[in-house]
Amino acid sequence: MPKITYITSDAKVHEVDVENGLTVMEGAVQNDIPGIDADCGGGMACATCHVYVTEDWFDKLPKKEDGEEDMIDMAYEPKKNSRLSCQLIVSDDLDGLTVNIPSKQA
Amino acid sequence: MIKTDALIIGAGPTGLFTAHQLKLIGLDCEVVDNLDKIGGQCIELYPHKPIYDIPAVPECTGEELTKNLINQLKPFDIKFHLSERVEEVKKDNINWIVKTNNGKIFSTPNVIIAGGVGSFEPRKFPVKECEKFENKSIFYSVKDKKIFDGKTVAIFGGGDSALDWAVELSKHSKVNLIHRREEFRGAQATVDKVHALAKEGKINLFTKYQMTSVKGNGQLESIDLKNDDDEKRNIKADYALGFFGLIMQLGPIANWGLNLDKKTIEVDTEKFETNQKGIYAVGDICSYPGKLKLILSGFHEGALAARACFKLARPNEKYRFEFTTTSKNLLKRLGKKE
Repeated sequence: MPKITYITSDAKVHEVDVENGLTVMEGAVQNDIPGIDADCGGGMACATCHVYVTEDWFDKLPKKEDGEEDMIDMAYEPKKNSRLSCQLIVSDDLDGLTVNIPSKQA
Repeated sequence: MIKTDALIIGAGPTGLFTAHQLKLIGLDCEVVDNLDKIGGQCIELYPHKPIYDIPAVPECTGEELTKNLINQLKPFDIKFHLSERVEEVKKDNINWIVKTNNGKIFSTPNVIIAGGVGSFEPRKFPVKECEKFENKSIFYSVKDKKIFDGKTVAIFGGGDSALDWAVELSKHSKVNLIHRREEFRGAQATVDKVHALAKEGKINLFTKYQMTSVKGNGQLESIDLKNDDDEKRNIKADYALGFFGLIMQLGPIANWGLNLDKKTIEVDTEKFETNQKGIYAVGDICSYPGKLKLILSGFHEGALAARACFKLARPNEKYRFEFTTTSKNLLKRLGKKE
């Protein structure tokens, strides 16, 4: 199973195995990793599963759909490397992905 | 003080169908919602997105679903209290006394929380010092546009609200429009208008910039901005407006003494009652083993909670289960001839 690393804003590193096909958001929620609210449940409608992707990974990820960038406008402290974790689908290609969880989602 | 058999908090699909069930079995109810319109998440988050898993409705949008639910309530007289947020719930003898932020007070034996993921609140600036200026020189909505006449206003955001207000306020104010990227997501006609006004010098555009701090003594004086390449700017501003959409907050519900599991309320699966007698939770906001966050589950939960309300609202009567196809009582309440 692909390993996904979540770094919470207190610099704690959570390394978990996430099944192929789940989203990076679901990987966090199912493993009780704090800081990802995912209020809308993965519908790209709320921007509360916002993460920062480490630079080496950002370009390797599938590109954002239009709707994702629009929602990131609403996110708390968006940056160049912002993504919505509900739109990142785990696959073998994502093995080793590291994301940073912001201090707040709203 | 408004007396009612049941008070529903939340006018989303679950709250609406719960109201239907209460009225059908002969109870009164009133509905409170923090939004200014009926429909909850369906209307606020995805009015035009199709939903495919409502039983017997192959496809409908959030807006259509809301319209149909409102239609289904037509036979009944139900009072909606919109743009009101429930602040306080307290026990008084056998009834719950419920207060809203606008000072309305309800007295009821039954409170049904159909609050989704909580109430919708405007998203605020991440910069902490903004709180000091909130409602004085920093706002998240416009109530009286006259206060901006002749002033310098910084508008943040890239959607329709930000763009519409930038266009409108540029008539009588000096407008700076700040957005984190070059693309705006508002209606194309408004985006074009903003670019035209920018060319004429009526709007100053700062794209790829975000707020880093605010300065001022009581009144806002200036705002520090930074762009993606770490270039810093300081702009003068008498007022700042932030339009970053709405966020759902559990809000005051967290303080009502209910057993919570993260942002949801624990209930039993017979009455959908919380740990407080006479307070129920239905729809996305409730949790129990096997809970599915589907609209259809909310309908089921509301129907059962409504029956539980009957016992407390009519302690001396016995509830009798009836079908709408055959019951004269129900048909009468629905305004149909027997």
